[in-house]
Amino acid sequence: MGVNASPALGGEGFLTTKIEAFANWGRKNSLWPMPFGTACCAIEMMAVFASRFDLSRFGAEVARFSPRQADLMLVSGTITYKMASVCRRIYDQMPEPKWVIAMGSCTCGGGPFDSYAVVQGIDEFLPVDVYIGGCPPRPEAVIDAVMKIQKKIELEGAPIL
Amino acid sequence: MSLDIDSLISALNEEFPGSVTEKLKWRGETTLVVDKDRIRAICARLRESHGFAFLADLTAVDYLTVRSPRYEVVYHVHRFGEEYDENVRIRLKAGVEDADSPEIDSVVPVWSGADWLEREVYDMFGIVFSGHPDLRRILMPEDYEPFPLRKDFDVRDREASKRSFQRALEEGDD
Repeated sequence: MGVNASPALGGEGFLTTKIEAFANWGRKNSLWPMPFGTACCAIEMMAVFASRFDLSRFGAEVARFSPRQADLMLVSGTITYKMASVCRRIYDQMPEPKWVIAMGSCTCGGGPFDSYAVVQGIDEFLPVDVYIGGCPPRPEAVIDAVMKIQKKIELEGAPIL
Repeated sequence: MSLDIDSLISALNEEFPGSVTEKLKWRGETTLVVDKDRIRAICARLRESHGFAFLADLTAVDYLTVRSPRYEVVYHVHRFGEEYDENVRIRLKAGVEDADSPEIDSVVPVWSGADWLEREVYDMFGIVFSGHPDLRRILMPEDYEPFPLRKDFDVRDREASKRSFQRALEEGDD
């Protein structure tokens, strides 16, 4: 993006940019997360949204409990196979473009639950963009993950149409 | 007045001969091993005549080859009272033989709170509670085939879960 403020234009100024870069700039600064919390990581996720860590500083404070108005899925907590089909359906209902954060050891690889009921990593059925380890991860780690998603949107973006 | 467990046992054995086969005591806990075929009658008598109004828990154990009969269904029943020693909790155990579908009478007619507890035991061990009003799986998906808490089931075997997951995905609306 280039900023121009030439006196010849009466001091009004204008921006030059590419439409794709402009759209991605908007996307990365207005991520709307869909919180998919199933266990203790969800408590830590609430801390990320709340005032002390305040995810709204990164433009991502509007947690939408409807997938149709969200573009970032924050999966936090143990996912069982019974829940996995629900999780996948909610992901499918989110409009493109969309991103996924796997928060915590359980979502990344099943955590301590090497059992018949628990999915050993949500990348078995979801395309994960950023993994956060920890049990649970610190809120700073979640903020770092959101910033990595922002970086990814900035560098790779997504098609406009 | 605290419960006289021996007179309770003799009252039960008088009404249902040979129904209480064993009394076990361990660290102040009392366990009665009872006849599986008369479990509902024993529970009804405990509730109606001896004040055991509350079924605190109902679960099962799979002993596989360790013990015969293979399964044991365990009932924790509680009697409330105003004084400390009037509150009594005893444990009932009923052995269930191994079979294609091991079976025992449901105690839902006695304590309606047994409904979901028996469904969980059915879900995990495959023990059929005859007379249960709605014996479906409660935790695992409804089309799941194995009984995961049986000792001959590999606890890391995720294949059946994956099949249920795939079916749920393909069927869409549930």
